[in-house]
Amino acid sequence: MRATPNFLTPQAPPMKRRDFLTAGSLAAGGALLTSRLSFANTATNGKSRFVFIILRGALDGLAAVPPYGDRDYPALRRDLAMQANNVLTLNDTFGLHPSLAFLSESYGAHELVVFHAIASPYRERSHFDGQDVLESGLIRAHASQSGWLNRALESAPAGRISNKELGVALGQNVPLVMRGSAAVTSWSPSKLAALDEDTLERITDLYAGDPLLAARLAEALAADAIADSPLSADGGAAMLGASTTATAAGRSPNKTGGAARYTEVIHAAAEFLRREAGPKVAVFDTTGWDTHANEGAAQGQLASRLAALDAGLRMLKEQLGPVWNDTAVLLATEFGRTAAINGTRGTDHGTATAAFLLGGAVKGGRVLTDWPGLSSRSLYQGRDLMPTLDLRSVLKGVMQEHLQVPARALDSTVFPDSAAAKALTGLMRT
Amino acid sequence: MLERLTSAIAANRFGLGARPGDLDAIGSHSRDWLRAQLESAPPRLDDRQLRPSSEILVEALDLRREIQAQRRAEAAGDDTAAFTKLPQLLRPIYTEEATVRFRQAVLTDRPFVERITQFWTNHFAVSVDKNLLLGLAGSLEREAIRPNILGHFGDLLLAVEQHPAMLLYLDNHLSIGPNSKAAQNRARQHAERKSGINENLARETLELHTLGVGGGYTQTDVTSYAEVITGWSIGGDPGRHMRGEPGKFVFRPEFHEPGPKVVLGKRYPDTGYDQGVAVLRDLANHHSTARFIATKLARHFIADDPPEKAVERIAQAYTRSGGHLPAVYNALIDSPDAWTQPLAKYKTPSDYIVSSFRGLQVPLDTVHSPLASFELLGQRAYSPGSPAGWPDRSADWDGASALMKRVEWADAVGQKLGTRRDAAELAPQLLGETLTGTTRAAIAHAASGAQAVTLLLAAPEFMRR
Repeated sequence: MRATPNFLTPQAPPMKRRDFLTAGSLAAGGALLTSRLSFANTATNGKSRFVFIILRGALDGLAAVPPYGDRDYPALRRDLAMQANNVLTLNDTFGLHPSLAFLSESYGAHELVVFHAIASPYRERSHFDGQDVLESGLIRAHASQSGWLNRALESAPAGRISNKELGVALGQNVPLVMRGSAAVTSWSPSKLAALDEDTLERITDLYAGDPLLAARLAEALAADAIADSPLSADGGAAMLGASTTATAAGRSPNKTGGAARYTEVIHAAAEFLRREAGPKVAVFDTTGWDTHANEGAAQGQLASRLAALDAGLRMLKEQLGPVWNDTAVLLATEFGRTAAINGTRGTDHGTATAAFLLGGAVKGGRVLTDWPGLSSRSLYQGRDLMPTLDLRSVLKGVMQEHLQVPARALDSTVFPDSAAAKALTGLMRT
Repeated sequence: MLERLTSAIAANRFGLGARPGDLDAIGSHSRDWLRAQLESAPPRLDDRQLRPSSEILVEALDLRREIQAQRRAEAAGDDTAAFTKLPQLLRPIYTEEATVRFRQAVLTDRPFVERITQFWTNHFAVSVDKNLLLGLAGSLEREAIRPNILGHFGDLLLAVEQHPAMLLYLDNHLSIGPNSKAAQNRARQHAERKSGINENLARETLELHTLGVGGGYTQTDVTSYAEVITGWSIGGDPGRHMRGEPGKFVFRPEFHEPGPKVVLGKRYPDTGYDQGVAVLRDLANHHSTARFIATKLARHFIADDPPEKAVERIAQAYTRSGGHLPAVYNALIDSPDAWTQPLAKYKTPSDYIVSSFRGLQVPLDTVHSPLASFELLGQRAYSPGSPAGWPDRSADWDGASALMKRVEWADAVGQKLGTRRDAAELAPQLLGETLTGTTRAAIAHAASGAQAVTLLLAAPEFMRR
């Protein structure tokens, strides 16, 4: 006897095979986190894990990583400028925003590299084209239906992972960066009851003549199979512990509603990545970084979003357990924001920004930047932080050293027209 | 044969999904059926429960001031109660707005006009995850969009750009010209707080509402147009600058950047409010706007990568008619490409839910929370998350997990309605000539009435339009 889900009549939600996810937190509130998480199984040595987190909306790199030691910085940010005593110090020039406590600890533990004055090749100021370039890996927007990460996976050496478990999808749909011919899928928690075997079989038959739906259904079933498979002796306990951990991570649930919204997606990411036979690469995106007005400084709108992100990353580390040592997490955004604050105590669309590479596999404790300075002469078009590091150099370095993607593939199919952006090596522990 | 194909396209692609009997009623008059829907004034919503945006906004702003005062009084005290007060006020408004709109979509006899409404709401997208938009997103559609979708684009544009929901969503209400009176006053009072523009609305107006991203504007045009619309604000708030009717659009001359401005190479003398209107009129008549809107319409109604011929036809109709929208829609109806590739569009979750409700005639008074379905399937009402709106291509919606959820949802609907609906009888009525033998056979051989309904909703031809 199956329960009927409660979208038509009020009743308790049914038990389902995907109950290992803590339910409920996504239902409330807005779309800070769009909760799209997609995975791919990469054919590497079977150990390395990679997580790519897209910060949609253009993260203010000068607020996330304030150059508090730059002499032109206070005048640009005026009363929103942060000072040595309220940043989490990285070195004499840079600090982390005070909300980024976990990142600060990771920096101290040599597990975080901070990149600054970094940008994709995109030089206009449209979010949507900027995100397209960030994800496609091309130099122009809307020039490709596939993403660089998918093409990188396609080029990764064949490994020990059986084809049967290729590609599992988390989150309802696959973002552009993961789309392409390498097998990937999407997965997200379901509050609906699972189909019975007979109905599922009939639908499978119904889709036999429809290549798209047949493939998607098969991918979804593969994802469910991995999600349902027993993890290890301690798996059950770890799953039960998840919601507690999440609450602890989001210390003030009312103020950092975003933290609660990360819970499901981070938890799901960890569940998949922890599995030996599961996917090795995950992508998800977060939104809410478009801080045009009342951005705040040490406290405020951006501060609470950064705190939620930081808490989510801490939770990811905790839940990955020993697998964290094989993991690299890259956080990037489509572009930065204006160097000066605007008339509404926020920042408009800019160019260069900050990015982060985090994880147990990362050779961290470093700020990598060719700092251009913030004098009016050194600003890009007189208004934005000047880009001096190509994001593709970082992506290439990580793909090459962490996922063993051959350099010639990175220079050709993965990042076409990227000759000028040489792979930045030495980012990973070896 | 052909008649059952075109009527299915009319009802499912142009409309919001066939109801039983619709295809027979449309018969061989598909194009006339669509044109007739454009001929009278836009349908009214059953909006007796809904309040004007100005009332909602005044109440919300009063409450916010009260919360802020309370916070100051209690210093760092526990402000949890204050934190939840605004959502408590706004969430029921949001629910009511979204529910009324959903009912309209399910019940309307002019589904083409309703789809057009949804298209424009998505074109001029706001998202309830920001500020007070939870209480205002519905009113933007109701007050600025709905009344203007069968008129000229220029009027639609003007109504949207000065609606409080849009001004708040894209931060223009506080944008202040650096040489305006307000900026000079403030500089005297707070030296460290410099006033200035916020270019958010200006950029998105050019990029997303009119010219499109390749439409020929530069950063200088964005900045300059942002200066043009300084002063486009909301009455009553903020505090000391009381002017205009509370909660309604107001032009604040004291915020307005003085002087002539150049946008897209044309010089606009400083005529205050009219300066912005003049720029918007020119933007509405720009050939890039015609192309951009034609491309989006063709993408929505024809194919993800729409044929150039259709785009050109629609753009020409736009230009020839001076942006008269019924002429534009008629060009779409007259595009042969719209009728030659059935099922070229993958349904969005919203399309999928609405067409299921229409097709199965789900009685709305038995539905506890129709909005929950939208959330479950990944398209929460009025929540695209960005001013670009929901994406409109298959790849954005056809993820594996998304499909599994649709199928599970179809199963839940089947369980609920199965014994009271005859899927075998409904299938040809809803899908016409697009119904395949495979689906027909699967429904015929279903193990139960419930499973038959599930299979109908899960069928490849029901996933698309």
